[in-house]
Amino acid sequence: MSALVTESPAIELIDVSLRFISPTGASLTALRNFTMTVRRGEFVAIVGPTGCGKSTTLNLITGINKANSGQVKVMGKPVTGSDPGIGFVFQTDALFPWRSVLRNVAAGPLFRGLPKEAAYTKAREWIKRVGLVGFENHYPHQLSGGMRKRVTLAQTFINNPQILLMDEPFSALDVQTRIVMQDELLDMWSSSNASVVFVTHDLEEAIALADRVYVLTAGPATVKAAYDIPLPRPRVTSEIRYQPEFIEISRQIWEDLREEVQISYARTQLATA
Amino acid sequence: MTIDTPISANGAVHDAAERAAAAAPRKRRQLILALRLAILVVIVGGWELASRTHVIDPFFFAMPSTIVQQLWTWIIEGTSQGPLWGEVLVTLEETVLGFLIGAVLGIVCGIVLGRDKLLADVFSIYIKVANSIPRIVLGSIFVIALGLGMQSKVALAVVMVFFVVFANAFQGVREADRSLIANARILGASPLQITTAVIVPAAMSWILASLHVSFGFALVGAVVGEFLGSRHGIGLLISTEQGLFSPAGVFAAMIVLAVVALAADYLLTWAENRLLKWRPPSFADVRG
Ligand SMILES: Nc1ncnc2c1ncn2[C@@H]1O[C@H](COP(=O)(O)OP(=O)(O)O)[C@@H](O)[C@H]1O
Ligand SMILES: [Mg+2]
Repeated sequence: MSALVTESPAIELIDVSLRFISPTGASLTALRNFTMTVRRGEFVAIVGPTGCGKSTTLNLITGINKANSGQVKVMGKPVTGSDPGIGFVFQTDALFPWRSVLRNVAAGPLFRGLPKEAAYTKAREWIKRVGLVGFENHYPHQLSGGMRKRVTLAQTFINNPQILLMDEPFSALDVQTRIVMQDELLDMWSSSNASVVFVTHDLEEAIALADRVYVLTAGPATVKAAYDIPLPRPRVTSEIRYQPEFIEISRQIWEDLREEVQISYARTQLATA
Repeated sequence: MTIDTPISANGAVHDAAERAAAAAPRKRRQLILALRLAILVVIVGGWELASRTHVIDPFFFAMPSTIVQQLWTWIIEGTSQGPLWGEVLVTLEETVLGFLIGAVLGIVCGIVLGRDKLLADVFSIYIKVANSIPRIVLGSIFVIALGLGMQSKVALAVVMVFFVVFANAFQGVREADRSLIANARILGASPLQITTAVIVPAAMSWILASLHVSFGFALVGAVVGEFLGSRHGIGLLISTEQGLFSPAGVFAAMIVLAVVALAADYLLTWAENRLLKWRPPSFADVRG
């Protein structure tokens, strides 16, 4: 029995379709026959053109969006909408601006009922882990974008999530900071046992980080192709992108992605014309 | 500091330029102060002069010197109703009580209705209606129902404060950042924790701004209540002076009220800055 439980993948989306009904009554199909599996401990990246349905996919896993048909399972069970094992890093800055760094990082444990002292001790460990010692009492607006992302990662990882969902988490950062953050993420992930779904529109980022890359079609989103990334770990993202193997994979996937980006682009041209 | 120390040969020139730059805002402040004083002197002096030369009738408009005299008499000898500070205290007590009760009710109702769509939809119509009634008129009802004592003034102050604070708290809750709420939920917050840890702090700048305005409204409520019928307070003092055809007395009472209002405003600004110290300075300075 227990063997069976551990067998079940971390996340399963089976033939999922989802429509949005706008207030005017128009319906928009965001996902169609979408099937994806994330194994336990696996790092999956999703790439696709803007507006194709990537965020919608993550919201299915957290239970914010409900599928019209098909199944969504987390750890072998249907999503409940309040799974404490899920961590989420938002694209927009979602730190609490009125809380200091320490209290931002300690938010999860405090919400979950850990005594104040224990939560702060744990938070200090994570602040040290992300290299922000000395900034405990700073407020988010007093930090750089990269530092705020570190706080966000500490805030998420402190809850020891089994499933980590990330929605273009580094897209607002400059290129150098982004690469540093990618390495930090891989470092934190390697010492956790989290299964990750990382949404990005940056193909290189996806390949550098993931075990498996899903390419989505321009909306309605369905899986166009999935690629295994056999690059060895531990990876150093700043160096890995110059390896011939990386470049070869990158070229292959780009062939697929380019078509979808072009379709998506043509649509926006049509819409604005 | 060490970086700022000039090390180049023309460091002295930099230094002088910097000092000149630092002196400019100080000069500007002095200029503003001087201009403000000048305007005060012109207005007060002009008023005094116009009254003394009977360009305006001092019987109706008083003059600064008689107003100051009246204030002085009140401070030294007390008013017809008792010592001045006693009267101020009565009005202040009514104002503060009304302010506190109205603010707490407004904040609680604003947050509850802001969080519950159904309640908001049901009550919105009644709040609109109640809000459109000129609330000062309620003062008469309160005096009839609650008597000449403190309760009727407090009740009027509460009504004056409640709607302003309520509207702001409600709006603040509605404007709370969706992604912060989503983040709190993911991090494990219960609905109650979302309210206390996200909604309330997010609405706080709205609420504090409304508290700022509404203290003045509470004062108006208390004074008008006293005006309509009471045994003590600055409002009664004004009403008495009006009955005596003493404009100097009315103006003197006005000055007393202005001092109270300014002191309260100063205190509220201080409290606000302490409570919102997490905000970037540019944000906090807007009111400054
Ligand atoms: N709540 C919603 N109501 C209606 N349409 C939505 C909603 N959320 C997303 N959509 C639409 O679904 C499509 C996919 O959106 P999204 O998943 O956010 O794309 P992205 O891949 O950029 O994350 C878009 O066309 C978007 O306009
Ligand atoms: Mg998105």
